[in-house]
Amino acid sequence: MAVVAPTSESVPSAPAEILPTTSKHAGGGGFRSHFGSLLFLLPGAVWLLLIVVYPLIATVIRSFFDASGQNFVGIANYKSIFSTTDIIVALKNNVVWVVLFPFLVTFFGLVFAVLTERIRWSTAFKTIVFMPLVFSATAAGLTWASIFFIDPHTGMVNAAIQTAANAINPPGLYPIDPTSGQTVSSLAATGTQPGPGGTLESKTSVSAGSTVQLGLIGISPTTLQQSGAVPAVVPTASSGITGLVWRDFSPTHPLVRGQVFPDEDGIPGLHLSLLNGSGASVATTTTAKNGTFSFANPGSGNYRVQIGANNFQAGFNGIFFLGTQSLTPTSSLSPTLQAILSLPIVDIAMIIAYLWIWAGFAMVVIGAGLAALNREVLEAAQIDGASEWQTLRRVTVPMLSPVLVVVFVTMLINVLKIFDIILNMAAPSSQAGAATLAVEIYNDFLSPTGQGLAAALAVVLFILVIPAMLFNLKRIRG
Amino acid sequence: MSVQAASLPVVAAPARKRRLRLRPSRLVLNVVLAAVAIFWLVPSIGIAIISLRPNGTFGQSGWWTVFTAPSQLTFSNYQQLFSAGFKAGSVLDSLTTSIAITVPVTILVTVISSLTAYSLVFGRWRGRTLVFLLIVAMLVLPLQMALIPIASLYKVVDNATGLHLFGSVIGTVIFHVAFGLPFGIFLMRNFYSGIPHDLLEAGRIDGAGEWTLFRKVVMPIGIPALASLAIFQFIWVWNDLLVALIFLGSSTHITLTMFLYGQTRALSNNYWIISTGAIISIVIPLIVFFAFQRYFVRGVLAGAVK
Repeated sequence: MAVVAPTSESVPSAPAEILPTTSKHAGGGGFRSHFGSLLFLLPGAVWLLLIVVYPLIATVIRSFFDASGQNFVGIANYKSIFSTTDIIVALKNNVVWVVLFPFLVTFFGLVFAVLTERIRWSTAFKTIVFMPLVFSATAAGLTWASIFFIDPHTGMVNAAIQTAANAINPPGLYPIDPTSGQTVSSLAATGTQPGPGGTLESKTSVSAGSTVQLGLIGISPTTLQQSGAVPAVVPTASSGITGLVWRDFSPTHPLVRGQVFPDEDGIPGLHLSLLNGSGASVATTTTAKNGTFSFANPGSGNYRVQIGANNFQAGFNGIFFLGTQSLTPTSSLSPTLQAILSLPIVDIAMIIAYLWIWAGFAMVVIGAGLAALNREVLEAAQIDGASEWQTLRRVTVPMLSPVLVVVFVTMLINVLKIFDIILNMAAPSSQAGAATLAVEIYNDFLSPTGQGLAAALAVVLFILVIPAMLFNLKRIRG
Repeated sequence: MSVQAASLPVVAAPARKRRLRLRPSRLVLNVVLAAVAIFWLVPSIGIAIISLRPNGTFGQSGWWTVFTAPSQLTFSNYQQLFSAGFKAGSVLDSLTTSIAITVPVTILVTVISSLTAYSLVFGRWRGRTLVFLLIVAMLVLPLQMALIPIASLYKVVDNATGLHLFGSVIGTVIFHVAFGLPFGIFLMRNFYSGIPHDLLEAGRIDGAGEWTLFRKVVMPIGIPALASLAIFQFIWVWNDLLVALIFLGSSTHITLTMFLYGQTRALSNNYWIISTGAIISIVIPLIVFFAFQRYFVRGVLAGAVK
């Protein structure tokens, strides 16, 4: 539990008017005050000595022994901390959390605390923002994992991005899936070849009166069903250019290409262009439900039929927010440098979820500090002609700084020990890349060869919180 | 009808006045904060709706589709989870285990903390300040520092006595109490410091023993602080995952957080369990929160953070 000493005004204090409850019983057995009150100390003291103080010392000693706990290994465990890539990654992630989170949560807490003072429904607002604090990081992490889910049908964030992306750059009727390595040229099967700019073209030249058959593969039957495809029909020659674009894959003849079988559908709705000798488009058309098309009066000369790139425009397939893709360009660096410098995207997703949990805490603590401020000073500033912004920056924030520091330090200790949100929110494949010190301690604790290392890591974590410990002690004494 | 019509102008007049005072910047502020509030509500609403959609729909469409097709809402996930009864590993068994851990820890921490705090404030022994400072130092101590030795200690005790501390509710409770005490003592000590010593002196002159003074004088005064501490401790232990994983990892009876964590391996397939389990796990803390909001906020303000 990370606890920071409270500001003096926030400590609950005993009510001023206390009714003297004189006891009628003069009992209490043989306890006299000195001995009696020392006895009261006993349960707490024994508990703390046995379960907190003893293990503290034992862990420090344990960290100088190997996994079995039998052999003294000196500082070997501490050395391996800085040579194990997984642990370097964990330390890096702790740095990311420590640098971003306490600052962000204090900032949002301050903004919310200041702004809610100016609305009528501040109690409702505070309750809404504060409520997630009672959720476990487990439940909250799983909730946010669903929000950041990769599938735009399911994950809310990706659904929102997809809506925006489709509005700006609408996907084709038959979008390829670049994430699984699909390309437009891989669709060409019969009579087609890749053209410039992600298009497909007929292999042979066509002229008036001829027919052309363009077979494509790699288009899913579900997509075809959605666009209302019916079995392909071999086109008949006419005065113009006629042709067929069809799914050149028959489940009954899976290996035969170039032949139109009854169980092969036409590909409807494709936008086609007729290109002349110099590659300019002279006419356009769209394929029918059975995949046939025609260019009525092309004129003499040789042409090519082009299937436009927009037919295959890939749609937005979702960003893997719970993955470890780096937001910083580190792919060309050595593995060690990558471990140190990469910024996994899941860290940001988790920080957002954690802000959702903790911003209410920051808001309430800062709000209490705000309420305790000397109103006269604020009013004086306003009478002297300071704008609201100036008052906030030059008067309110400096006066609030002790409270802001408490929130900041509290959150700093909190994220140094951050654990459950990572286990529950990062995808299973991202666990190693998203791990922090506390996660690494847990993993090493479970590992039969890791207990010495786990002890050393715990000591490192302990050393990291010592400044906060001193900060607390100083506040209490001073 | 006529009553309504008659009262209308009366109601409308102040509303118009208020609207006139609403400057554009104030309107923008209200809109922005409303957006923030919605943002804060959406995750809870989302997970609740996911839990109310049939098993298997998670991977197919977004939960927001219920707004256009509300007929998909059903309690079938809850029925299915509850139908497993109290079998080991079921959600109801986890709920029971969480309660079996949280309630004793909460009681022990509040009682022991107030006893220790009493001794620190009203005792006459030397070194009270030093002990208090040691307890303040323990506030931020990472519990990771205690895991390995305590796990070993439990195993040694278990082997020697035939007890079952490691992998049991009792062992988990003992550990939680220890790490709840520093904050509990800290909070209660600060509260008791505000009680005038004269009050106890009067009792002592009357011949009251320490136990009587504690029970009849100090405890009743300390009830608001005890309530804050109890609620705080309850929610903290209820939401714990790490301690439970360490000390109950080998047990067939697991806490709700462990139950949820156990479902994360095949995320998309069993989101119906995850969402439903998450809502079940949130219900009790939410009730505690809304029933005792004032005390909880006070506990938070006392500087407690997990």
